[in-house]
Amino acid sequence: MSPEGAGGEPGNDPADEHPDVAADDAGEEVAAAPPERGPADAAVDDDAGEERLRPPSPAPSRRIPGAARLIGLAGLDRPGRGPFDPRRWRSPVRGPWLTSVFGSVLLVGIPLEFITGLLSYAAYNPRLAGNDPTHERGLLGFWLFNWFTGPTWLFRLTQGIHVALGLALVPIVLAKLWSVIPNLFAWPPLRSMAQMLERLSLLLLVGGAVFELTTGILNINYDYGFQFSFYKGHYLGAWAFMAGFTIHATMRIGRMRAALRSRRLRDELRTPLAATVAEAPSADGLVPVSPAAPTISRRGVLALVGGTSLSVVVLTVGQTLGGPFRRLALLAPRGQSYGSGPNDFQVNRTAVAAGVSRRALDEGWRLVLHGPDGRPVASLSRSELLGMTQTTEDLPIACVEGWSTVQRWSGVRLPDLARLAGVARPAGARVESLEPHGAYSRVELSGDQVRASRSLLALRVNGVDLSLDHGYPARLILPAAPGVHCTKWVSAISFAAEAR
Amino acid sequence: MSARRSARTGPLDAFRRRYGAGPLHLLSLLACFALAGYVVDHMVHARHGLRILVWFGGAVVAHDLLLWPLYTLVDRAAVRTLRRHPDRLPVVPWINHLRVPVILSAVWLAVSAPLVLRHSQATYHTATGLTENVYLGRWLLLTAAAFAISAVLFALRLGRARRVGSSKV
Repeated sequence: MSPEGAGGEPGNDPADEHPDVAADDAGEEVAAAPPERGPADAAVDDDAGEERLRPPSPAPSRRIPGAARLIGLAGLDRPGRGPFDPRRWRSPVRGPWLTSVFGSVLLVGIPLEFITGLLSYAAYNPRLAGNDPTHERGLLGFWLFNWFTGPTWLFRLTQGIHVALGLALVPIVLAKLWSVIPNLFAWPPLRSMAQMLERLSLLLLVGGAVFELTTGILNINYDYGFQFSFYKGHYLGAWAFMAGFTIHATMRIGRMRAALRSRRLRDELRTPLAATVAEAPSADGLVPVSPAAPTISRRGVLALVGGTSLSVVVLTVGQTLGGPFRRLALLAPRGQSYGSGPNDFQVNRTAVAAGVSRRALDEGWRLVLHGPDGRPVASLSRSELLGMTQTTEDLPIACVEGWSTVQRWSGVRLPDLARLAGVARPAGARVESLEPHGAYSRVELSGDQVRASRSLLALRVNGVDLSLDHGYPARLILPAAPGVHCTKWVSAISFAAEAR
Repeated sequence: MSARRSARTGPLDAFRRRYGAGPLHLLSLLACFALAGYVVDHMVHARHGLRILVWFGGAVVAHDLLLWPLYTLVDRAAVRTLRRHPDRLPVVPWINHLRVPVILSAVWLAVSAPLVLRHSQATYHTATGLTENVYLGRWLLLTAAAFAISAVLFALRLGRARRVGSSKV
């Protein structure tokens, strides 16, 4: 984080003060325009002056035949004013190279977000009836597969990356949008059919990026003010975003590579503010026609954006790493400690909120096992479960919100319970909670999950009984599965028939 | 689209002239819009689907027409206000000592606003059993630290500039 400080003398030319565009003071900006371009205020200018200001590209009327009249009526054949006047864009650090640096980061980051997002969706095993949180995937679920049961940290890793990287991309996306914002005000706004369609696709790109980041941030912070299903919105939005992103990336990757080659990063990192000049003019419309004196160097911009991104990661990623790092996660929703006792780790949905306290503490609680025909085949008290072979596993609770915590769980293996129900190799199972309502009061497990040797019905954690908030009297804990599938306050397990 | 090609006169060039780019450009964009159309169709038929669409479109407006103009005007106002009195300006560049902590603080707020503003207190408590009360203080302290560090660095640079200035005289 090494700000380069303001540059240039506080000169007499008022236009020097404005590194950027503003719509409120055309007069000042125009004073700085190169004289050969003519005065910009078309209202007091004659036709000849307007003619000189016309951009060099072919007039719109030649691109879309028969539209000339319409274009004339709409004023599109006159020079752009305000932000539509290219001379008003004066930041000397804007240019294809800088944009391409941000673009190349996003070219890696966005697909990684998409892939980890798809994996997150797959981790819910949405093809099993009742598990799909989106309800609306349609053909967009064509790629789904049975989620893995190992390595145990898999979902912790993919979802941790999804959330931490998503947050890290916030400053990069904003910087990228800042760097190309002059193109929003390109004049004339519609030069050809091709350009019009391309601009339309940018709605998907910009809308998608901002929408996905916003809904993601709101969701991890438990803010559901958007009043639609997060899963549905974030999943469908991601596909619309990727439609725009793929188009944009394929169309611009050539220009991006050329722009990256136009300057050397090593040289930029050695260029101080005083030596910062605009990039060579290009057809992108990003390099200012009349650059202002720099107030920040290019390396200063990179340090600012990269440093901000890094600071966001440092202040949040501790909620995923857990342990001593959680104390660093000052701005993460799971950056608060519960204490140091065996049950003092992150709670998701308290017993009070779930409305299970009385029934969970009831001495008469029984775990009911159902066979494939739906009939109850066994009913076990907590002491009977504790009398069965106990297994201890270190497994994470990893939440879709990105946080996770690894604990030492003890209890009965799910395969042992399946055998007790008379099914040696069940093709699946449904686990139900005492919770009367709530999206995750029940879960459908895949055959792999039921048969995994590390899948536990946990009774104890870190050497003591589970606390009420952590699922007493018994909870599910599954390797590599999303936390919400580790159903708490389990009341019944129904095993499906033998797998073929 | 290049000038070299538009000089020729094949059917492909006629297409390029009228459309403004090659056929591949058109085909890819149509594929893109068809996929987006499928998604939009799913959105509108979903429960509260129109809200998703409104938020998606609103995201563009919120950034391009609200957030960007706002931060640009704030930045320019800061630069201009302090330059109105050039005689009182410090001898070392100063604007980024203001920009950096402001941007850090704003982005920190952006990624944790519901916690800091206690906007999701009820759902947060339902999930965690805790309150969001600590976050406003954390954000304010981090912000204070960012401005303080920036101020100290600025003071050091000012001091160095004075020493260099006086040794030259």
